[in-house]
Amino acid sequence: MQKILIAGATSAIAEATARLYAASGSRLHLLGRNVARLKDIADDLRVRGAADVTTGVLDMNDVDAHASAIEQAITALGEIDIVLVAHGTLPDQPACEASVQVTLREFATNGTSTIAFVTAVVPHLLSRRAGTIAVISSVAGDRGRQSNYVYGAAKAAVTTFLSGLRQRLGRDGVNVLTIKPGFVDTPMTAAFKKGALWATPDAIAAGIERAIDRRAGEAYLPRFWWAIMFVIRHIPEFIFRRLKL
Amino acid sequence: MDSPADSWGRYPRTTARVVRVTDRHQPLPPGDASYLPYGNGRSYGDSCLNDGGVLLHTRGLDRFIAFDPATGELTCEAGTLLADILDLAVPQGWFLPVTPGTRFVTVGGAIANDVHGKNHHRSGTFGHHVRAFELLRSDGSRMRCTADENADWFAATIGGLGLTGLVTHATLQLRRIAGPWMVTESHRFGELSEFFALSAGSEADYEYTVAWIDCAATGASLGRGLFSRANHAPSRPSARPTPATRRLSVPLTPPVSMIGPLTLRAFNQFYYHRQHGKVAHAVTHYEPFFYPLDAIGGWNRLYGPRGFLQYQCVVPPGAAMDAMATLVRIIAAAGGGSFLAVLKQFGEQLSPGMLSFPRPGTTLALDFPFRGPTTLDLLNRLDDVVAEAGGAVYPAKDARMSGTRFRQYFPQWEAFSRYIDPRFSSSFWRRVES
Ligand SMILES: Cc1cc2nc3c(=O)[nH]c(=O)nc-3n(C[C@H](O)[C@H](O)[C@H](O)COP(=O)(O)OP(=O)(O)OC[C@H]3O[C@@H](n4cnc5c(N)ncnc54)[C@H](O)[C@@H]3O)c2cc1C
Ligand SMILES: NC(=O)c1ccc[n+]([C@@H]2O[C@H](COP(=O)([O-])OP(=O)(O)OC[C@H]3O[C@@H](n4cnc5c(N)ncnc54)[C@H](OP(=O)(O)O)[C@@H]3O)[C@@H](O)[C@H]2O)c1
Repeated sequence: MQKILIAGATSAIAEATARLYAASGSRLHLLGRNVARLKDIADDLRVRGAADVTTGVLDMNDVDAHASAIEQAITALGEIDIVLVAHGTLPDQPACEASVQVTLREFATNGTSTIAFVTAVVPHLLSRRAGTIAVISSVAGDRGRQSNYVYGAAKAAVTTFLSGLRQRLGRDGVNVLTIKPGFVDTPMTAAFKKGALWATPDAIAAGIERAIDRRAGEAYLPRFWWAIMFVIRHIPEFIFRRLKL
Repeated sequence: MDSPADSWGRYPRTTARVVRVTDRHQPLPPGDASYLPYGNGRSYGDSCLNDGGVLLHTRGLDRFIAFDPATGELTCEAGTLLADILDLAVPQGWFLPVTPGTRFVTVGGAIANDVHGKNHHRSGTFGHHVRAFELLRSDGSRMRCTADENADWFAATIGGLGLTGLVTHATLQLRRIAGPWMVTESHRFGELSEFFALSAGSEADYEYTVAWIDCAATGASLGRGLFSRANHAPSRPSARPTPATRRLSVPLTPPVSMIGPLTLRAFNQFYYHRQHGKVAHAVTHYEPFFYPLDAIGGWNRLYGPRGFLQYQCVVPPGAAMDAMATLVRIIAAAGGGSFLAVLKQFGEQLSPGMLSFPRPGTTLALDFPFRGPTTLDLLNRLDDVVAEAGGAVYPAKDARMSGTRFRQYFPQWEAFSRYIDPRFSSSFWRRVES
């Protein structure tokens, strides 16, 4: 039985992932800011076979509350095998351009809050020299694009942070997994027109479970995004600056 | 922004603004366009469409709320697929009390069409097994509906075509099973009267009965078919069961219909003669037995870009034998029928919904590739026979019946219409109301 802590547990991708773990009889502790939705999800996971589901209220931007939320999770779970960090927002890029406040808030939600939470949870996994820290970053963090570079910059910070952490913790038996989804059909992207590149939360969840099982370091999901981002990362800057992506 | 919205028959083609409902506690979205819930779009015609309005997509409401493996009582959100319920319940010894021929329908859709299955003669309709649901109205009110509480709303919403409001969650009573296996028997019959005899002789001992008839056969073979009857296997079956099938899918819509008179005749010939003896016995997994078409994802696309119509009618017992013979003869003569002609005897149980389709008698269902006015004329001629015999046509499968016919088939429509939410409407309802 795995013991899993999920931050941003009301996310569609997190919920789909939690269902997979529930079906195999895991214990889950869910953190989120919407109490009613947390309860709905917890009830659902219990019916699906979770050994136990507990919840805690946490706004990820309330960094001072991270430590106690993690303590509560450990009390509820006993110990933590897997941490999944999944919260996020898709900023309104023009609104960011018009406001320093909005830019910093979005950067906090998608970047700093994640870095803070992961930093706070690391000692608990290190003490057991086991487990996985899985964090949902994004392909958007691979290169800044005019259409959403505040989000991209925050995800890039997360990706770079995790890459360093992975090197640090690898010797100590703790795996750090950077999850980089492409386009996923979730409430976050409700306003977008969907095409062939779009994946379902269920497909991403299956990829996350697989990557955790294999103790992968990085997972582009679906996998073809690795190739797309390989190309995008290698476009020379003098060309890239002229593109409208 | 409106986007294209299709039903399973891909006819008619409409557009609507899609709003996804993912949180059952939220009120309906603001605005003044008309609403219609949309489950998994497995209705064939326009009853799940709302051209120019809003479709409330409910697939995001797919959480289980409670399940008691001791009693088989399940509460879930209304966008939960029957397939998800099976995945949860079968390993724990429970099955759907009633299931349509595809498991990819939502609980809300199954309620709104008060769907039936091969066990209608035993178990009635889906609505008979709904213990309770919550109905969210556009004024923000929420009503708990059961057979005793808000009983009129309960009856109006079961079979209510999504017009009475949004069902947010429901409680169902599942049915005990020993395992996933079915003991099945298939009988070949040469003419329609044999179907009626086989049905009558099977109802007491078989929970599931259904027949397939060859609508392409004419002359001496007119009305030939296969009659299938089955029960859940009592425990571990003795014969080696056929495993669940793998899923294939139709990835693209071919530019023209792949289903024409030639492919049809060949298929029906093959299907009829596939079975060697007069009677065949088998033990199979429930999936190929209940959901043969689910094995081919997107099979509806085979009909090409013009889509297809399904016609399903029911004719009361006294008139059934003659009316069915007439219908089959008209269809065979027109040569446009399909390989999916299904025949079934409904039981005597009264349906729980005001506007439910199932009623005592014989029901016939088959597909027609849409070929414009010829197809519509043919179906109008079938309507003449059905109306004359005092029958009805199934709204869940309909895209073309006239308002006059609808009101004839469902005289309760006027009493029902008082329960329609003022903000709800559908392409179907606007069509049959006029
Ligand atoms: C291969 C196949 C086989 C079939 N076999 C059978 C059969 O054997 N017997 C049978 O009865 N039917 C059968 N059907 C038809 C199908 O079962 C019904 O049309 C069913 O209602 C479809 O459910 P859905 O979830 O796809 O709903 P949709 O088709 O999307 O919607 C159906 C209706 O339900 C309403 N609705 C959906 N969700 C809600 C909600 N939450 N609250 C209120 N209203 C709601 C919609 O407004 C609409 O009026 C079959 C269909 C297919 C494709
Ligand atoms: N969808 C995509 O295309 C895509 C692509 C790449 C990466 N991602 C990443 O995938 C992750 C999951 O997103 P999703 O697609 O599943 O979208 P989603 O369903 O909209 O989930 C985002 C979740 O984050 C939560 N959240 C936002 N700010 C929060 C805060 N301050 N504190 C706590 N929770 C907060 C939201 O909670 P509330 O319910 O309380 O609002 C919401 O449940 C995110 O990190 C996202 O950046 C998504």
